[in-house]
Amino acid sequence: MTNQNDMLSPEAIKKIDREVAKYPADQKQSAVMAALVIAQDEKGWLSKETIAAVAGYLGMAPIAAYEVASFYNMYDLQPVGKYKLTVCTNLPCALSGGVHAADYVKEKLGIDFNETTADGRFTLKEGECMGACGDAPVMLVNNKRMCSFMLPEQIDKLLAECK
Amino acid sequence: MLEIEIDGKTLQVADGSTIIEAAHQLGTYIPHFCYHKKLSIAANCRMCLVQVEKAPKPMPACATPVTNGMKVFTHSELAVKAQKGVMEFLLINHPLDCPICDQGGECQLQDLAVGYGESASQYQEEKRVVPDKDLGPLVSTDMTRCINCTRCIRFTAEIAGFMELGQSFRGERAEVMPFIGKTVDTELSGNIIDLCPVGALTSKPFRFSARTWELSRRKSVSPHDGLGSNLIVQTKHDRVMRVLPLENEDINECWLTDKERFSYQGLSSAERLTKPMVKQGGEWKEVDWSVALDYASHALRDVAKTHGGAAIGGLLSPHATLEEMYLAQKLLRGLDSENIDFRLRQSDFSADGKRKGTPWLGMKIADIGRLDRVLVVGSFLRKDHPLVAQRLRQSAKRGAQISILHSADDDLLIKLAARAIAAPSQLPAVLAEVVKAVAELKGVAADPALAKVGAGLVDVNAAKKIAASLVSGSDGGKCAGILLGNFAQQHPQAATLSALAQQLAGLLGGSFGFLGEAANSVGGYAAKAIPTAGGLNAAAMLKDPRHAYVVVGAEPELDCADGAQALASLTKAAAVVVLSPFKSQAMLDYAAVLLPVSPFSETSGTFVNTEGRVQSFYAAAKPLGEARPAWKVLRVLGNLLDLNGFAFNSSEEVRAEALDGQPEFVSGLDNGIDGATLNLTASPNGLERVADVPIHFSDPLVRRAPALQQAADSAAPTARMNAATLAKCGLASGDKVKVGAGGTAAVTLPAQFDAGLPDGVVRIAAAHADTVALGAMSSVLSVEKA
Ligand code: SF4
Ligand code: FES
Ligand code: FES
Repeated sequence: MTNQNDMLSPEAIKKIDREVAKYPADQKQSAVMAALVIAQDEKGWLSKETIAAVAGYLGMAPIAAYEVASFYNMYDLQPVGKYKLTVCTNLPCALSGGVHAADYVKEKLGIDFNETTADGRFTLKEGECMGACGDAPVMLVNNKRMCSFMLPEQIDKLLAECK
Repeated sequence: MLEIEIDGKTLQVADGSTIIEAAHQLGTYIPHFCYHKKLSIAANCRMCLVQVEKAPKPMPACATPVTNGMKVFTHSELAVKAQKGVMEFLLINHPLDCPICDQGGECQLQDLAVGYGESASQYQEEKRVVPDKDLGPLVSTDMTRCINCTRCIRFTAEIAGFMELGQSFRGERAEVMPFIGKTVDTELSGNIIDLCPVGALTSKPFRFSARTWELSRRKSVSPHDGLGSNLIVQTKHDRVMRVLPLENEDINECWLTDKERFSYQGLSSAERLTKPMVKQGGEWKEVDWSVALDYASHALRDVAKTHGGAAIGGLLSPHATLEEMYLAQKLLRGLDSENIDFRLRQSDFSADGKRKGTPWLGMKIADIGRLDRVLVVGSFLRKDHPLVAQRLRQSAKRGAQISILHSADDDLLIKLAARAIAAPSQLPAVLAEVVKAVAELKGVAADPALAKVGAGLVDVNAAKKIAASLVSGSDGGKCAGILLGNFAQQHPQAATLSALAQQLAGLLGGSFGFLGEAANSVGGYAAKAIPTAGGLNAAAMLKDPRHAYVVVGAEPELDCADGAQALASLTKAAAVVVLSPFKSQAMLDYAAVLLPVSPFSETSGTFVNTEGRVQSFYAAAKPLGEARPAWKVLRVLGNLLDLNGFAFNSSEEVRAEALDGQPEFVSGLDNGIDGATLNLTASPNGLERVADVPIHFSDPLVRRAPALQQAADSAAPTARMNAATLAKCGLASGDKVKVGAGGTAAVTLPAQFDAGLPDGVVRIAAAHADTVALGAMSSVLSVEKA
């Protein structure tokens, strides 16, 4: 099932091992979230082969890893652009301009949610509460960088930064 | 014990029970979807909400443990309001397509909606649509109907042993699905159809062919493996439309294997024999029963007269009923032939005449779950006895230690304590090492005959690990069981393996027994369908060709240990009388007369399962065409041959004579062998064959079930080898190889890598048309690139 291209690199395996070590030896699969993040960082996105490889390494059923990978927004089951922008549209944000922020990004980039710009630079995603409702509207860049108070001006700045 | 009150009735329940279990004890029904007594508690459907005194909110009955003095109200205003609320939510996304849904009429959601649903929904928005999934040839999906109870998921993970289904995505978009591009391939997959409380998972072969209320139901017994699972056979216009499990906690619990559930399709195979046929001048003619029976009786009488009764051989299918076997042996003995056997795949008969009784499981099926240490010897357990594997899987989770000694390391999906994988010729030596190691651990002397075995040949450490596990059980192994599988019984040193297992069980104070290969593996002995002094066993009567054969229910080329030899001997014979529900090209070639007889669904009869339990059943449908129950055909043949003792009016009378009454269990069960000689020498030159009988090829009925033949378990045979063997033969996985077995015959198969095989063996399936030419199931093979 896993072909050579999709095998995890020794570096990735080493990082996964560090995560696995945090849990009891017979509960390797507890490290699945971290392992998927490591795999995605390496591959750019999670193909079914990558997910199967992670599952195999952790001794769990591939579908069990897929359940996790498909549950959370931070995992990409399709290739994404260089910058993945996730805008929170849950209720607290929506009440404080989250949806407007998303609309603004859509207009600026000419794409809808779950689409990538033609130049492959941006992918737009709709996100769930990021636990920063007080900073609404909030956006996440590439799953890791959190941006607060994203009014049009800030959005312009962010987009300009993302080369 | 705790005392609680449910709807005003007090009762005592065991500590740790849940409210739903307590209610069940009382006969009070609490509506539920996700709860199932054999599965873990998920508590996600919320249909089982009940009111509990002092609890501020309704509580899920399936997940709430009972406490002393608890007062539960299952039908109070609060409870019913909560249940109705849940139902309204469940129906939000459920399509109203009951008229075109196969589950209609047997749907828990439909039933409960009648009790708890409102006639109109407040929901006005769009309903969700979920794409269907391809789960393989047996289970059909309509995933929009799924209520995400996760029963099917828990079944694959917990009962079948590997999570093949999961719930992906989240919230409203959550979908039950297999991993991308995968199907559900477990040999128990059909059970998810029964478990699904709605019409999301239904039977593919049964799809759109009948409504549940149009079907007549009959209890029956599975004609396949030795368990004798209890069935409900459902028919419409005398055609079997569907087979469902009949719950029997002592045998199949509430499960069925896919083979048992879907083999019924073979009953309406185009190869069904529906008219008696005789061969005249090389031409097959359909004739009347009287002509065919006359022809058959004359042929047999002629051979008996000219060559003596011993010139006739009787090959009976181990899947034939007790009554059929009993009358067949009576017929043959009436003709003065002692050549009678039903143990068609056995190759070592050296225990015959020394057995103390009928070989059997050595315990009740239900007791398998009570063993705390188990050694399975020579068994493709998951495929040969899926429901025994299931029981052991659950035992292992409860802490029992399961070990295996076998020639292939197929994944049993059971947590194993120890395993020894050795070439077939070395299985006795490894088992002997286990015996020696147990003796040593127990500080007693082992049988001196075992002193020299092993000696650097076998994996002594693996044997020691198995021994240590066995001895570590309660009371030094008193709850240990040694189970000999099909492979051990078909092994050329089967008697030695059995004797060693007996020694082992003796040392441990535990038990040992045989996992019956076929529906009537015990029944055949009870029916006396084995040769006594002077008679030829199944292998001998084929090795030493007879002038005439009587074949009942078997296809010897596929059902015997050496199919090629069977074919040759049958072809040479002057007269072969075949009683069979099916015809095949091979049969048309070697037979002189074909008598169409009923398969299990069209006759009354009895199977004696591997624990010795006598299970009788009635016909579920009328015989197809001119087919007739085989016991009647044999009775008439007996009368035509002027034999005594064939005046039976019913199959019950035959059973009464065969079993001397109507016992619940047959008598004379005993695995002991008197004065067994241990045969521990083995040094085959060359590659040894490991032959499995694939699950969907084991008997004539399942071989003709089309949906099962498309399942993953029905893949065409390959020549499987481990890396070292492949390398030694200069092969790569996927290469076409010519496999020979000494003689001139050779078959060409693709080579396949199998990491679970020991060195120096080639695994090639038996019971398959592609490999018949290879001959004996245990043999030495040559393999070269084609
Ligand atoms: S498919 Fe059926 S059994 Fe599986 S989760 Fe959905 S409703 Fe439950
Ligand atoms: S709702 Fe957007 S961060 Fe909480
Ligand atoms: S049956 Fe209790 S929550 Fe589903």
